[in-house]
Amino acid sequence: MLCDSCKEREAVINLTQVEHDSKVTLHLCEQCAQAKGVETGVAVLKSPLGGFITAMGKGATSVLPTTDGLRCSSCGGTLKDFRDSGRLGCAQCYEAFDAHLRDLLRRLHGSSQHVGERYVVPGDVDTDPRRQLLDLREQLRRAVENENFELAAELRDRIRVLE
Amino acid sequence: MIDLSLLPDGGMSWLDASGPKGSIVLSTRIRLARNLQGYAFSQRARDGDRSAVLTRVEEAVAASDHLSGAVTFRLDQLERADRQLLHERHLVSKELAGLDREARPRPGAALLVRGPVGVMVNEEDHLRLHGMRSGFALEEAYVDLEAADADLGRLLPFAFHPEFGYLTSCPTNAGTGLRASVLIHLPGLVLTKEIGKVLQGLSQVGLTFRGLYGEGSEVVGNFFQLSNQTTLGKSEEELLDHLGKIVRQVIEYEEQAREVLLRDHEAIIADKIWRAFGTLKFARSISFEETMNLLSGVRLGAGLNLIPGLSVYTLNKLLIFTQPAHLAALEGRSTGDPELPTVRATYVRRVLEAEAG
Repeated sequence: MLCDSCKEREAVINLTQVEHDSKVTLHLCEQCAQAKGVETGVAVLKSPLGGFITAMGKGATSVLPTTDGLRCSSCGGTLKDFRDSGRLGCAQCYEAFDAHLRDLLRRLHGSSQHVGERYVVPGDVDTDPRRQLLDLREQLRRAVENENFELAAELRDRIRVLE
Repeated sequence: MIDLSLLPDGGMSWLDASGPKGSIVLSTRIRLARNLQGYAFSQRARDGDRSAVLTRVEEAVAASDHLSGAVTFRLDQLERADRQLLHERHLVSKELAGLDREARPRPGAALLVRGPVGVMVNEEDHLRLHGMRSGFALEEAYVDLEAADADLGRLLPFAFHPEFGYLTSCPTNAGTGLRASVLIHLPGLVLTKEIGKVLQGLSQVGLTFRGLYGEGSEVVGNFFQLSNQTTLGKSEEELLDHLGKIVRQVIEYEEQAREVLLRDHEAIIADKIWRAFGTLKFARSISFEETMNLLSGVRLGAGLNLIPGLSVYTLNKLLIFTQPAHLAALEGRSTGDPELPTVRATYVRRVLEAEAG
């Protein structure tokens, strides 16, 4: 499809705008889109959110230009992976990229401090038998996976008692 | 073919137009994003991790007071038409159903449903819990959801950070993980050309709007999903209160716009509504998009009591059952059947004749 604006180049961006009462969709080439003030980085084309987050994080990038290779020791994901995809690899990424994410969260939400419900992770010494049962089953699965059959047999007995 | 009759109400009680402001608000949906400690987020997880996550969620659901007995749909084991059906019914996201071109559902992708609460497993986050209600009912939707969340949170270790709150794959959902959406029909504001101002105003107060199917979908038939943009830095109650206040205002504007239309332009509006009704009733071939746009007009007519004997519930059902996968399932066709537009016109005619004569 040709660009709606210059009618010469191939359109690569669909720009949907709400003007007064109606929705207008323009098909634009990269140059015309830029002229209209639309961000057209490669990341934007790959993932709208990735591009958005990259754009949001630009201030931080210019101050800390060498941190793209920062790596989460738990899942192996890098800060660059996150900037490209807009998705974090695991919960530990929040610790690994702590400073960047705090900055980003402030830009996205206006704050990085959670004030909603406080969640308490169910403890190891838990009195809820349902929770104990689920924990034992999980341990049993891992024991079987690791071929630790002695432990598995013991766990199975404890599960039977609880059931 | 999946058996949706396993769900007592077909997962569609939210459609019955019984809720508050049912002629303007179709439904209220709230979702919470949660992840399990110890596993990479869904996109980075290995297949083994995803199936472990699913097993743990299934066990927790079975042990939970509020969710035990839930019906499970394994998206990764369903045919495309069935996955599309669940998506059209607003029970799963496009991502979970793997409906994008050349996409497949992730191994371990599943939906567990009990009553108004559903849990998507291995979506962008390990768990996406949702509560749906008919009409404008934020509090009711949250009560169901909060109970299910508290239950699962006691049985599963969720990823939570003292500063950032619930940790999610995308930082736009971190904190509460809560996104509340109200699916609202605003033909009055569109016809009076006030909609642009309203939508612009929404972004200034931290809300956002989307189309009928949520993120990334187009606005058709004057249906808008209004939802909170941010999830962190405000409590769950504050987020819901704020959205509720603004939606109440939008409903008021819509009611005023409908009054103005009736007062100043009744002949024109009546003509538009009856023409839409006439086309729906007599067309012999019709696309889903055209059906939606005409239903929007007829729905306005029913809301204004201009078309007697036609219930909003019937129109809501038409909205769902004229979608490709639903229509195909209902009439024993395939979703790619070139005769679907003809089949759709016949179906619509039959329903309207049965109800409105």
